[in-house]
Amino acid sequence: MNFTWAAAPHIKPRDSVSKIMLKVLLALLPSIFLLAWFFGGGVYINILLATLTALIAEAMVLKLRGRVVLKCLKDLSALVTAVLIGMAIPTLAPWWVVVLGTFFAIVIVKQLYGGLGSNLFNPAMAGYAFLLISFPQEMTAWAMPESLNAWPFSDIIRLIFSAQLPDAMTIDGITMATPLDVVKTQAAINPYTDVTVLPLGIETLFTQGWGWLSLSYFVGGLWLVQQGIIAWQIPLGILSALALIAAGFYFYDAQTYTSPLFHLLAGATMVGAFFIATDPVTAATAPKGRFIFGFMIGVLTYLIRVWGGYPDAMAFAVLLMNIAVPVIDYYTQPRVFGTRR
Amino acid sequence: MDQDGVIVFKGWNLKGGLDLEGHKDLSRQYSINNTAIPDELIYPLVDRSGNVLTALAKTGERVLKGQVIAGSKGVQGTLLHAASSGLVKENEWRMIAHPSGLKSECLIVATDGLDECCPIDEPVDYRQLSAADICEKVHQAGIVGLGGASFPTAIKITPNNVHTIDTLIINGAECEPYITCDDRLMQQYPSEILLGIQVLLRALAIKNCVIGIEEDMPEAIEAIQKAIECSGFNQIQVKVVPAVYPAGGERQLIYLLTGRETPSQGFPVDIGVVCQNVGTVMAVYQAIVKGQVLIERVVTVTGTGINKPQNMWARIGTPIKDLVSQCGGYNGPNERLIMGGLMMGFSLPDDSVGITKATNCILVATSKEVTKSSEAEIQPCIRCGECASVCPVNLLPQQIYWYSQGGAHQKCQSFGLFDCIECGCCDVVCPSHIPLVQYFRASKSKVFLKRREDEAATLAKQRFERRDTRQVQEKVAREQRIRVKKLALVKRQKESVSSSAKMQDKP
Repeated sequence: MNFTWAAAPHIKPRDSVSKIMLKVLLALLPSIFLLAWFFGGGVYINILLATLTALIAEAMVLKLRGRVVLKCLKDLSALVTAVLIGMAIPTLAPWWVVVLGTFFAIVIVKQLYGGLGSNLFNPAMAGYAFLLISFPQEMTAWAMPESLNAWPFSDIIRLIFSAQLPDAMTIDGITMATPLDVVKTQAAINPYTDVTVLPLGIETLFTQGWGWLSLSYFVGGLWLVQQGIIAWQIPLGILSALALIAAGFYFYDAQTYTSPLFHLLAGATMVGAFFIATDPVTAATAPKGRFIFGFMIGVLTYLIRVWGGYPDAMAFAVLLMNIAVPVIDYYTQPRVFGTRR
Repeated sequence: MDQDGVIVFKGWNLKGGLDLEGHKDLSRQYSINNTAIPDELIYPLVDRSGNVLTALAKTGERVLKGQVIAGSKGVQGTLLHAASSGLVKENEWRMIAHPSGLKSECLIVATDGLDECCPIDEPVDYRQLSAADICEKVHQAGIVGLGGASFPTAIKITPNNVHTIDTLIINGAECEPYITCDDRLMQQYPSEILLGIQVLLRALAIKNCVIGIEEDMPEAIEAIQKAIECSGFNQIQVKVVPAVYPAGGERQLIYLLTGRETPSQGFPVDIGVVCQNVGTVMAVYQAIVKGQVLIERVVTVTGTGINKPQNMWARIGTPIKDLVSQCGGYNGPNERLIMGGLMMGFSLPDDSVGITKATNCILVATSKEVTKSSEAEIQPCIRCGECASVCPVNLLPQQIYWYSQGGAHQKCQSFGLFDCIECGCCDVVCPSHIPLVQYFRASKSKVFLKRREDEAATLAKQRFERRDTRQVQEKVAREQRIRVKKLALVKRQKESVSSSAKMQDKP
């Protein structure tokens, strides 16, 4: 009888990359529905456009690089990048914004560095930062919460693809500053504004949808932690850094600095902590290193939010820390069994 | 301590590891069967670490059961004995029990079925023997570690001046799935094992002994515990360790039982511990108390591809196929034949290979149970870190893999490449299906190769430099000689000139 030859171990592997990616996508589903509910069905179009762009762009580069296209597409990593970009972009943004951003993320940031596993920067966040710097107006026009629920879907499609608004409507009439925008704008107008009189209460966050969205990311993220898909050290680092620093400044001067809870629930904190910074390829890899990586993202986010030029900072903080990963990895190597303590 | 006096292990905990499905019930409940004498006994003339054995029996010679037929030289030399009587055939190149699947020179004994024994030594009371006597007898009996590493036992138990030993650890934690040979030994021969331990304790001149048994072997724990009570060997402790793979790894078990970490580049003796496998202890008992040499061992023949999985006393050198046919043969088309365990054993292309002293298990697996090696399924590493979380040695396999891919083997070493025990946990959890252990083995051999090349280069350089200096010295010496000669010549000429002048002066 003939037997096949193989190296040990002979036991079957337990997981696969595509299964991991699929679980990440699954964890994002509730947030997608919430986005659609509060900010309009444009999010579906964004995700669809991003997905198509990502798959076509990835297939194209893979072909150029002489790789087995289908096998690489099957890992679903491009899909995760696409969905994250589709969700990060305002639901009213013109179609070319999402296409351009996704193309940049997949081709420049991911594939030109060697594809899955070899990229230095988080593709979704690099794509997002690229768009934010290049097209600030389109990238900050978030719809007024629930204002689009009465719109027929055809109107949304017309707006996205031909920039045509229904009669008697202006873009200013249907958009609204996000809570983080409010803080930044007020600080720019008058640095001595008392933030407590601004509409930034926790109830406002929830009525405007951002609070619910953050909660859905939080729950989805916890599920991923429980499933062993993402490393808990990273979100813990981000959230604890942000909460600690925000609490410090809040208790020092509550009229100038917003509350820690506000920082945790507003903007991209939760999606960043659980879905962006946890991308294993671009994060630190040792347990201690992961906490440091997360913690520093939290610190940078707070610094940029409060004293920097942008209302939110998750993308920049993640990208900056991506650069620091090799150094963190070098200094956080765990003690090997049998070596000196 | 609970009511039975068994210490349930609570202290140290293994980092990482895997909770694997045991599949032990396939074979654990049947008592160990004897096996028939095979037609041929096959003995490779090379051991697992590549040392060559010299055949001590001539072609055509009739050898008896227990007669020395081969041996290796050097400090780590061992002896090999015929497992049955028969004629020594001409040496042949056969496939041997080695991961490479390559052929090697083998000594073959065609058995005559008489099973005629060598005269054996009169059994003596081990309490009368000195430590040196015990070590010598263990060496003469050809005993090596039966847990898999095949390290000569006599060396391990010979006292030296450098290390102080205080604890003997008996490895009864069979952490690999499917294997139950040590479990069965402990269930069936507890008092023999305890006597074997007494012998080893006497050789080491120590009192402490801890037997580590996995929690999923309750019958073995009970049997040993009862035997301790009956024999009154109360200095022997039983400790139950968690059934986590690889709790039975030597370093892991020592840590679990004593909290001591074997140093990275060192050995258990460095921390005062000698570790022996249950099977080895049994062999020591047979050698010292019964006067028998090591010619058979317990082998678990198991797997869903075998009709009647069981444990058997198999003669060293018995071809696998003989054991399989006594287990009712194969029960269908099978995917893989594994010698050793599912996690660390190696696959063999066919079943004509003879078992060795290191063979604890023959595992026949169907395609449902084992991986099919296919390059196409390997995907890039996404640095998820699952491998690091299961590594019992606390390595970062993802980093070592990264550097091994870049050929930076030196860098791999700084990330602990040589601390890798090749347990395979990282492979199992890798979502990208990267054969990490295989890469690490390759890296290790490349480092070895580089070291050997460096040594050769240094040697060549030294030789060249020596030759260079020698040539210079020779040249200097030659010139010196010539100068001396020339001087002498000039002197002589001068003398002859002056003498002739003198002669002319005095006509």
